[in-house]
Amino acid sequence: MVKSIPLTKADVLHLLSEIVDPEIPVVNIQEMGMLRDVLLSGDSCEVLLTPTYNGCPAMGIIEQDILLLLQQHGIPNAKVKLVYAPAWTTDWMSDSTKEKLKHYGIAAPLHSSCVNWLKPDQITVACPNCGSEETLLVSRFGSTACKALYRCNGCKEPFEYFKCH
Amino acid sequence: MTLQEALFNYLLRLGDNALIQGHRLSEWCSKAPVLEEDLALTNMALDQIGAAQAFLKYAGAIENKGRSEDDLAYKRAERQFFNNLMTELPIGDFSFTIAKQLLLSSFEFFLFRGLSQSKDQTIANIAAKTLKEVHYHLAHSRDWCFRLGKGTEVSHEKLQNSVNALWMYTDELFEMGEADEVLMEAGIVFSLKEIKPKWLELVSGILDDANIALPNVDYMQTGSRKGIHTEHLGHLLSEMQFLQRAYPDASW
Repeated sequence: MVKSIPLTKADVLHLLSEIVDPEIPVVNIQEMGMLRDVLLSGDSCEVLLTPTYNGCPAMGIIEQDILLLLQQHGIPNAKVKLVYAPAWTTDWMSDSTKEKLKHYGIAAPLHSSCVNWLKPDQITVACPNCGSEETLLVSRFGSTACKALYRCNGCKEPFEYFKCH
Repeated sequence: MTLQEALFNYLLRLGDNALIQGHRLSEWCSKAPVLEEDLALTNMALDQIGAAQAFLKYAGAIENKGRSEDDLAYKRAERQFFNNLMTELPIGDFSFTIAKQLLLSSFEFFLFRGLSQSKDQTIANIAAKTLKEVHYHLAHSRDWCFRLGKGTEVSHEKLQNSVNALWMYTDELFEMGEADEVLMEAGIVFSLKEIKPKWLELVSGILDDANIALPNVDYMQTGSRKGIHTEHLGHLLSEMQFLQRAYPDASW
């Protein structure tokens, strides 16, 4: 007899909200927009995940975290499927998620409609520490591909900006 | 050439370009002129290797002989690679890498913008995703072109020399082959000739703003569409493929 999964889709989604991005542990994969869907059918459970960046090394860790967590909750045969469309965008982050990033010290991404890709310098990134808009881009790539390095001319602190994607 | 063969060949071209360019960028790890650039160049390497993974995985699925993306990356010989010659050239000095990045990223900008409209949904999806990353690569190389081109006499001269040396590899980016013809008929790809004038306009605009003169080069080197490479690819592969060659199927 096929043993069906003891949890509902809502349960699994709730469970998966425990999984955080290992590089930004204050936001979970749902808030990041990486968790796209959960498909339950009989004894199978498929988690649809979209990568943030093509080569993001956090993906492997997140996948393992998901499988381990589901195993601990009675779903031993879960699968993670990577989906590429629609392409991940930072526009999926809610205002409360952006607020969490800011509290963690990372300036939140601007909406993609604010960026002209052929003139990427025409944006203003406010400092997450003091709120000053007198900030300077130091490098387009920070500790991870998804962040850029900035310096605040107001409070003189360096900070990271989660790039609009 | 069947549609399947053409698609496999084209996907190897896309995957190999990303893989070889990614490997070259990764060679900057711990060697960049400043820490921020060490992070930037290796982050871009990661983007490229991620794109290579996606394209080669799909190539393996299309070929349908059970080869994974890793098999394709680590177990093919030099003549079976179809990356553009420019990607395999050694990293040179920082100005050479920046010039290479500018020429390649601006090409990728138009290439992936076009391919994101492909009738092949998998190619369209990977292209749309990769394009977002290319935006930042292009912005990065443009920033540095301005800084080097308008910096000191030495930095200007170095960048100008690098652009001059790379120029003879630019025609090949737009070279069309049998695979292109077959795939164009199926609506999967577009003619690279369409994007060449746009690419030239973008690149010459940036170089002009950076006080760098457009090179005047008569000879254009090609070869990669047939798997003919410069002497540099073999050396690159001997390092990149060493582990799988010495210990076949070794896993982490």
